[in-house]
Amino acid sequence: MSTSTLSRPRPETLRKPTSRTRSNLSGWGFAAPFLAFFLVFLVWPIVYGFYMSLKGKSLTGANDSLIGFANYAEALADADMWRSLGNTLYFTVISTVPLVLVALVMAALLNIGLPAQWLWRLSYFAPYLLASTVVSLFFTWMYNPQLGLINEFLTGIGLPRVAWLNDPNVAMWAIVIATLWWTVGFNFLLYLAAMQNIPAQHYEAASLDGAGAWRQFFSITLPQLTPTTVMIVLLQILASLKIFDQVYQMTAGGPGGSTRPVVQYIFETGFTGYRLGYSAAISYIFFGLIVVISVMQFVITRRRSA
Amino acid sequence: MAIPTLTRPAPHATTADSLTIRQPRKKLTVGRIAAIAVAAFIAVLWLIPFAWATATAFKTETDAAAPDVTWLPPSGFTPEAFVKVFQDGNIPLWTWNSLYTSAAITAITLVISALVAYALSRIDFKGKKVLMTVIIASIIIPPPVMIIPLFYQMLALNLIDTSWAIILPQVIHPAMVFVLKKFFDQIPRELEEAAVMDGASRLRIFTQIILPLSRPILAAVAIFVFIGAWNNFLWPFIATNDGNLLTLPVGLQTIKSAYGIQYAQNMASALLAALPLIVVFLFFQRQIIKGVATTGLAGT
Repeated sequence: MSTSTLSRPRPETLRKPTSRTRSNLSGWGFAAPFLAFFLVFLVWPIVYGFYMSLKGKSLTGANDSLIGFANYAEALADADMWRSLGNTLYFTVISTVPLVLVALVMAALLNIGLPAQWLWRLSYFAPYLLASTVVSLFFTWMYNPQLGLINEFLTGIGLPRVAWLNDPNVAMWAIVIATLWWTVGFNFLLYLAAMQNIPAQHYEAASLDGAGAWRQFFSITLPQLTPTTVMIVLLQILASLKIFDQVYQMTAGGPGGSTRPVVQYIFETGFTGYRLGYSAAISYIFFGLIVVISVMQFVITRRRSA
Repeated sequence: MAIPTLTRPAPHATTADSLTIRQPRKKLTVGRIAAIAVAAFIAVLWLIPFAWATATAFKTETDAAAPDVTWLPPSGFTPEAFVKVFQDGNIPLWTWNSLYTSAAITAITLVISALVAYALSRIDFKGKKVLMTVIIASIIIPPPVMIIPLFYQMLALNLIDTSWAIILPQVIHPAMVFVLKKFFDQIPRELEEAAVMDGASRLRIFTQIILPLSRPILAAVAIFVFIGAWNNFLWPFIATNDGNLLTLPVGLQTIKSAYGIQYAQNMASALLAALPLIVVFLFFQRQIIKGVATTGLAGT
């Protein structure tokens, strides 16, 4: 950033046009460092990625020619791409619901004003501070079919063992449970903050009218939380769509591709399959999906609030 | 679930400081007891993975892998898994790598975001609206879609297998720019006017008036960015193959194959990796919770 443009103005020269130019210079001067990183590490990769998606490029450098939209055509006919996209959407649907509901329950319980607030917050929120790899190590161990704590508990109460991460019908749910444990604390904090901002007068008035606790929760707390709930759901959907870490670490996408999310497919096509151009094309299809979902969310929330 | 007496915190409390609920002692009604029971049940469920990992980490490998699953091992508890993990020497190195890359990411993010946020909040310049729209729009871009071009870019810049490859692409947080801008917008302009009359430069006003008043939000943004960088897996995993540069989350991924079925050592490593942030959290719980709650909703 050039500091010379930010030098002290001399009042006698401060006529209109000069101050206008000065503002322009200092405005862009302050924006320059961010803008530089933004252009190099965000705008350029997005533009270049699209260019790559039009090429047959591989990591070895072979076939570096423009092939138009052939990569996209191939991707749209690629059953593995659709399957991984389906897995991502499936995970998003089945993870968002518990991640929002459990967070709401946790916050509602604490908002009653339980003693030892810090203890509850610590236990609900602490997992959010862990790296995905730590979470995966914990849960892979607990899900262990023979030596795992969870199956030990299940057999203890007379239920059959479950092959958590090795059963294609169960593996995604196992991932959801681990994810719920890991990240629900974040949504919980957002709910808790929002609940504590609801003015006390609402509740006092309701109490005078004889509304009980349940009644107050459903007729005051929940409606007042609507904007927060909308935001949390939106953020959660966008976060869930990016699923990769836990799956890659716990099941590597298996068994038989039953948990492989689209980000892992992008990763594998690019870095194990060395097909950078094709991988970039799938990235853009995924990106398009996220844009569509975001725009839909935007339109729906706009209409609601209008 | 039971939602009995929903009594409120004091009305003057706001998001920032109301996270500690201060209220009069309440009667122990049946509803309250039920609520405490449910909350405690969830808390226990949430602590079990930590407890089980700890129990396993302090077992001998033989006990950890014994078909008889038990909390209390026959040979007693022993720190030998931790000793072995430490002798390998990887965890301290990975911790250090995570620490300095995350610190650098946080520092660069704070500086560049605060500067641009100040311009967006206070300076009237040509193209400001366009800049603002572009930054808002960019919030939507999911980082995973950029891994392929970013990797190629790092190759071209000759940065692959350097810490810069881990750091540089992680310093752009458009949402945090808006968190900062919103905060700056609320600082009364009168505070700056006197300085302007004295002929202070923009940069001087920014560093001597705006920044000191913005400490809480700067801390909040720093916490949010630091936790994200500390735990990030996908990008550091792609950007480095050099064993000396691995961050904690990426390094841990390698031990699974290295130790195979050494369950006690796996858990000891996981716990050692989890420890730094958990300890920091125990000390700065209020600030961290406040920080996450104030920046958290800014994502969209």
